[in-house]
Amino acid sequence: MSSNLVDAEASPDLVQLTLTINGARHTLKLDPRTTLLDLLREHLDLTGTKKGCDQGQCGACTVLIEGRRINSCLAFAVMYDGAEIVTIEGLARDGTLHPLQQAFIDHDAFQCGYCTPGQICSAVGLLAEGRARIAEEIRELMSGNICRCGAYTNIVAAIEQVMVQS
Amino acid sequence: MINFRYARADNVADALRLANADPTAKFVAGGTNLIDLMKMDVERPTKIIDINRLPLNQIERTPRGGLRIGALVRNTDLAYHPLVEQLYPVLASAIMAGASQQLRNMASAGGNLLQRTRCAYFYDSVTPCNKREPGSGCSAVYGHNRMHAILGASDACIAVHPSDMCVALAILEAKIHVSGASADRVIDFTDFHRLPGNSPQRDTNLNPGEMITAVELPPRGFSKRYTYLKIRDRASYAFALVSVAAGLELDGTVIADGRFALGGVAHKPWRDPQAEAALRGRPANAETFARAAGILLRDAKAYEGNRFKIDLARRCVVRALTQAAHGTPQVQSSKNIM
Repeated sequence: MSSNLVDAEASPDLVQLTLTINGARHTLKLDPRTTLLDLLREHLDLTGTKKGCDQGQCGACTVLIEGRRINSCLAFAVMYDGAEIVTIEGLARDGTLHPLQQAFIDHDAFQCGYCTPGQICSAVGLLAEGRARIAEEIRELMSGNICRCGAYTNIVAAIEQVMVQS
Repeated sequence: MINFRYARADNVADALRLANADPTAKFVAGGTNLIDLMKMDVERPTKIIDINRLPLNQIERTPRGGLRIGALVRNTDLAYHPLVEQLYPVLASAIMAGASQQLRNMASAGGNLLQRTRCAYFYDSVTPCNKREPGSGCSAVYGHNRMHAILGASDACIAVHPSDMCVALAILEAKIHVSGASADRVIDFTDFHRLPGNSPQRDTNLNPGEMITAVELPPRGFSKRYTYLKIRDRASYAFALVSVAAGLELDGTVIADGRFALGGVAHKPWRDPQAEAALRGRPANAETFARAAGILLRDAKAYEGNRFKIDLARRCVVRALTQAAHGTPQVQSSKNIM
C-alpha cells in the first residue's frame, strides 16, 4: 500500500483537506458530500459564487481551479485537496476591477446579475484558453453559462472588448 | 445524497483493491455525471474511490502508429491535443459538440464512456425504470419518449446513450483498456456498450471492480474526410436528437472505405457493417448515401414521441456523408449546417 493513500474508513465522517482560495490557504475538515460550491458559500462565506441549478446545467457556480473553469456544484471539495481556486471575489486587484468585471459594467452585460459571477469567471477561463477568436466562437464556448434575463448580446460584447485589449 | 466514505488512491493497484473490498463502491474521476446522479439519489455508493491522482493522464503514440489516451485525460485536453486535432479531428469535433467547456474541463475520457442515460425517468426516482430499478417497468415506452431510441431498444428500456465522444470512438474502432483485480483486458469498442435487452441496468460489459485505464485509437483516423454532425433542440449545450460521425476514404470519386455511426438513437453508438459495405466501391453521391442510410435504419422502430427521428436520422446520414465526401466537416461553433 502506498504511503499517500487516504482512506476515510478510520474516520467515516470528516476528511481533512487544504485549499488555496483567492490566495488564502484554508485547512478544513469536511463531510465528503460537501460540494466545492457549498464549501464556498456555506462554510467560507464566499457567496459571490451562485447556486443556480446545482446540476451543472446553468454555469452560475463557475469557478477557476488551477486557472480552468469548472462547475463547482459537481465537484466534491475533497477531490480538490491541494488545489488553487479563484472565485469572483478573487479577480479584482488592489481595488481595481478585473478587466472583464469592468467590461461587464461598460457594456451593461447583466440585468438581475445572478448569473454574472459565473459568466465572468467563465470568461476568464475562456480568455486563458485562447480558443475563441470571433463572436461565434465566444458564444459557443460560453454556452455553459445561462442568462435568463437574456443579456447575451452585451455579454459577448464585453468579452470581445477584453479580447481585443489583451 | 446518502452518506459515503471517501478514499483516495494514487496507483491503479490501490484503486482496484479498494473497489474489490467494497462491491457498492464507485470510482470517481471528473464526477460530472456521478455526483449529479448521487444528488438525485439514483446512484447510491457507500464508498467513493477518488482516482484522480492515478497516472492515467497521458496521450502517447503507440508503436502501431495509433494513439493511447489515458483514462483520466480531460475531455478538453483530449479535444485540443495537437495529435488528436491533426490525426483524429472527428474525435476532437465530437467532444466539442458535447456538454459545456466547464464540464469538458472536468470530465475524463474513461468517464465519458461510462455516462449513464439522460432519460428523465431514470433520473426521477419516484417513477418506474428498469435501468434504475430492475423489474419496475419502463415509463418511457408509453411516456415522454421524444429523446428515446429508434434502434436496438427492448420492451424493458428505450433509453439512449448520451455521449458524443463515443459516436466518434465507434467509427475509429477504439480499443478500451481495462484493469481488474485478477487481469487486464482489452475490449473492442463495439463490444464495450450493451443493448438493453432484459438487463438495461447494465450499460457496459465492464465487470464489477474493473476500471478503464486507457482508450487506444488505431492508426486510421479519416483526417481528410470526416464530420461530426449533431442535431439538437438548441444550438449548443444540449443532448443529441440525432448525431452522425462519419469518415470516408475516396479513390477519385469512388468510395474506397467508409464508416458511419449514429448517436442519440440507441443504447450505444449505432454502426452497421452492412450499411458501410453498401458504400464501398460506389460513387460518393447522395444516392449511395441514401441507400446506406436506408440499410442502417431498416429495423428502426419509433415510439409516439420520436417518430420524427427516423427521417431525421436518414437525412443526417446523407448530410454527414456528403460533408465528409466534400472535405467540409461541420464546424461546431457554426450554427449553419453545411
